Amino acid sequence: MTDVTQQTMQPGEARMGDYYALMKPRVMQLVVFTALVGLLAAPVAVHPFIAFVGILCIAVGAGASGALNMWWDADIDALMTRTQSRPVPAGRVQPGEALGIGLALSGFSVILLALATNLLAAGLLAFTIFFYAVVYSMWLKRTTPQNIVIGGAAGAFPPMVGWAVATGGIAPESLLMFALIFMWTPPHFWALALFVKSDYGNAKVPMLTETHGRRATRNHILGYTIALVPVALAIAFTEVGGPVYLAAALLLNGWFLSGALAIWRRDDAASEADSHATEKRVFKASLYYLFGHFGALLIEALLRNHGLGGW
Amino acid sequence: MTLKVEHDLHKRRLDKNVGLGVLLAAFVAIVLGLTVVKVQTLDDPREMERFDHVARPALEEAARDQSQEGAE
Repeated sequence: MTDVTQQTMQPGEARMGDYYALMKPRVMQLVVFTALVGLLAAPVAVHPFIAFVGILCIAVGAGASGALNMWWDADIDALMTRTQSRPVPAGRVQPGEALGIGLALSGFSVILLALATNLLAAGLLAFTIFFYAVVYSMWLKRTTPQNIVIGGAAGAFPPMVGWAVATGGIAPESLLMFALIFMWTPPHFWALALFVKSDYGNAKVPMLTETHGRRATRNHILGYTIALVPVALAIAFTEVGGPVYLAAALLLNGWFLSGALAIWRRDDAASEADSHATEKRVFKASLYYLFGHFGALLIEALLRNHGLGGW
Repeated sequence: MTLKVEHDLHKRRLDKNVGLGVLLAAFVAIVLGLTVVKVQTLDDPREMERFDHVARPALEEAARDQSQEGAE
């Protein structure tokens, strides 16, 4: 017979908040926002409730891939200061629970999205979950310093899924939104890697800073930021763009480019001297950069609904 | 050992149980809402009658007419 007191003695019993943390809510915010913009920028009106369910499915799908990532990466998460308090390495959620929740929510989100919207949107969501959990987490992350570059595709899919929810298709506009996040991810993460360098080294994750050195990382940040500019500006001249977006893109790209230049000009001695102030500033700026671009697309979409906006 | 009615275990698991209950209620609301929206946005209200597993000669005739028109 099971003694109830034995169960009460189990260390670190999960609370509801731990299961929520398993879904990486901060990443989910970005996913929800970009997917919503992809959906609203599309030239096809969607019933508000269908749109709500579509965005919910994309958010749950993103959360599911986050849970699968935490299940797979629990060993290296335990070694890094930034991640060791996550539910699985902290022992509050068992690895099997994380796996079960990840798989169940993946299936739930993809099937419900297919029933609520269309098969293309559901297929794209399934591929996004597969890409993040298998291609990025299981394969690339521990084997190549290009992990962030290729793995960034997983975070770039949500606006394409949002667009597919509305239109049932893929268009140059949705591909450009994908390209914007895809090109933005490397400088965003490498700026982070420059000021949490020792963590990735401890966990033996082949981050560019560890494999090619910090000088090469600074060069790469500048290179990718330069390559990002034409992608960001190109969206301005599509059907979803307009003068508001173009003005925002010019300002944000100038800002981000000057930050990348500042990182490139510095060496490690200068960086250590001010506790990586520039790197931290550019990392923060990169968040505003992405929210700014998608916010401008949202404004263009709202203006278009009132007969304004666009060219 | 006797199990107390209000054991510490129950208190600690309350938020998980309430959370799960809320999620299940939300799921029911979503399925209901989707059903209402899908039915309301059908182009032809007769479409929803086709899946009720009851023979409807009128609908079958209409479907046959449509397929013949399509063939022509």
